[in-house]
Amino acid sequence: MSVDKSTVARIARLARINVPEGRQDQLASELNGILDWIAELNEVDTENVEPLASVTGHGLPRRNDEVTDGNRVDEVLANVPETAGGFFVVPKVVE
Amino acid sequence: MTDLLSLSAVEARAALDAGEVSAPDLTEAYLGAIEETGALNNYVAVTAEKAMEMANASQARISAGEVGLIEGIPVGVKDLFCTAGVPSTACSRILEGFTPTYESTVTANLWREGGVMLGKINCDEFAMGSANETSAFGPAVNPWQGGDGADLVPGGSSGGSASAVAARSALLATGTDTGGSIRQPAAICGIVGMKPTYGRSSRWGIVAFASSLDQAGPFSRTVADNALMMQAMASHDPKDSTSADTPLPDLMAALDKGVKGLKIGVPSEYVMDGMDSEVVALWEQGQAWLRDAGAELVNISLPHTKYALPAYYIIAPAEASSNLARYDGVRYGLRVEADSLDDMYGETRAAGFGEEVQRRIMIGTYVLSAGYYDAYYLKAQKVRRLIKQDFDSAWQQVDAILTPATPTAAFPVGRKVDDPVTNFLNDVFTVPANLAGLPGMAVPAGLNADGLPLGLQILGRPFDEATLYSIGRVIEDAAGFNAVPARRAGGV
Repeated sequence: MSVDKSTVARIARLARINVPEGRQDQLASELNGILDWIAELNEVDTENVEPLASVTGHGLPRRNDEVTDGNRVDEVLANVPETAGGFFVVPKVVE
Repeated sequence: MTDLLSLSAVEARAALDAGEVSAPDLTEAYLGAIEETGALNNYVAVTAEKAMEMANASQARISAGEVGLIEGIPVGVKDLFCTAGVPSTACSRILEGFTPTYESTVTANLWREGGVMLGKINCDEFAMGSANETSAFGPAVNPWQGGDGADLVPGGSSGGSASAVAARSALLATGTDTGGSIRQPAAICGIVGMKPTYGRSSRWGIVAFASSLDQAGPFSRTVADNALMMQAMASHDPKDSTSADTPLPDLMAALDKGVKGLKIGVPSEYVMDGMDSEVVALWEQGQAWLRDAGAELVNISLPHTKYALPAYYIIAPAEASSNLARYDGVRYGLRVEADSLDDMYGETRAAGFGEEVQRRIMIGTYVLSAGYYDAYYLKAQKVRRLIKQDFDSAWQQVDAILTPATPTAAFPVGRKVDDPVTNFLNDVFTVPANLAGLPGMAVPAGLNADGLPLGLQILGRPFDEATLYSIGRVIEDAAGFNAVPARRAGGV
């Protein structure tokens, strides 16, 4: 499973990172270096092994379905790059 | 002022309570030390005014006899922790100008227990690195120097924290550890670092890297100071659903329990090809110390050890790519304007994330993408279970495990490496504990031939930090480690 330039472009697009074309080849070779090394895992027999996502040893705690926080518009907007009338402002997405 | 800097936190606490030292004087001494050691670049922001305010308030509580666990003790905070009203950047350009309106649970706990915040400390960008060289603020430097006087890395990602505590520009410091980011820098800076059990410290308000692995923990110059700070920072926090509702035992009481009758495992798989012979010798020395103190050393096997690092480098980037999706230039931090929303995201993230972070987001995105999820991500999660099972079996035989903390001592800043994988190997001994959620501690144990510190690592059962402190204290006493780095405050 080798990564080429077009795969790099595809991943970059999925990750929403604009990678200049001139850097894609180098990135492909770096990613391949990492992926080749990771391929070592194929030596391990994982037949009938359940994947482990969490080591907490306890279930997800549940709380009462109540409003416990809110009315913090100023705090939520305190670090916004651009705001207007209590909203986040972004470039136009609908023509 | 030099004598103030040489006090341990436990000693400083006693001196403060006895009125021999005042909290403002102690804080002032540390602010001076930060200035003196500025060339180490271990602070990214010094909050001197806030520190003096906190120290004065602390002094008032001391005078009233209302003291917290770390009352009056100056603490440095890794810039990964959100601190209300103080910029918190994860040492990334993408969080430039971000000033949280809230305080992380861990730092809130520390201030509630009387800690005094000195400032925000340098680290690898988003905690991704093992040398503190990926920081947007430039590398932090290790106060220890080899024979040639070259600048050495303090390790990472919590490199600035380890550098500051070793250089005496912080008495205590917070760190976070996702694959070794507390233990590795502690070891190569000659200090004590603890990554507690997953769930012991709240992750709320800490910039997330890999949520199933991240844990906050303390840096200190002595094992007792470490226990004191751990006691102050841990808590059950309903705001972090992975936080454990498991009572924390009295860690200070564990310090003098000794190791008599304890069974301590020595895993054969931790002998690696090309390992530094001095590291091996120190490991054997550590085993001898514990045997002499009455512990029984047991050879054990953790058969999947060599697969921990590659599994980690799938799981951690996968979680990171998901966590770091939030940095979009819309709600906070850097924003690069563009004509379309997609380009604004793409340009913001290209400009805001450094090379290492971009590489890890790309790897994470790839292993989670359609067609590769099973082959990489699920495979890694299955290997993660096998690694955890290795430890579960070990706990049938032993109470704790002794290993080296790092494969080498500190290396030069700017060391050229051909491929990113070489840098990953720094964490070969530390990563398994993160995958299995176990507590792990690095304790300074000796110097190599170049006069650079090396550490030992102790791993324990989930939620058994207390036993690690008992063992750590025995190693500390036996090693009698009293060497000090050349570039420390008050050192000349």
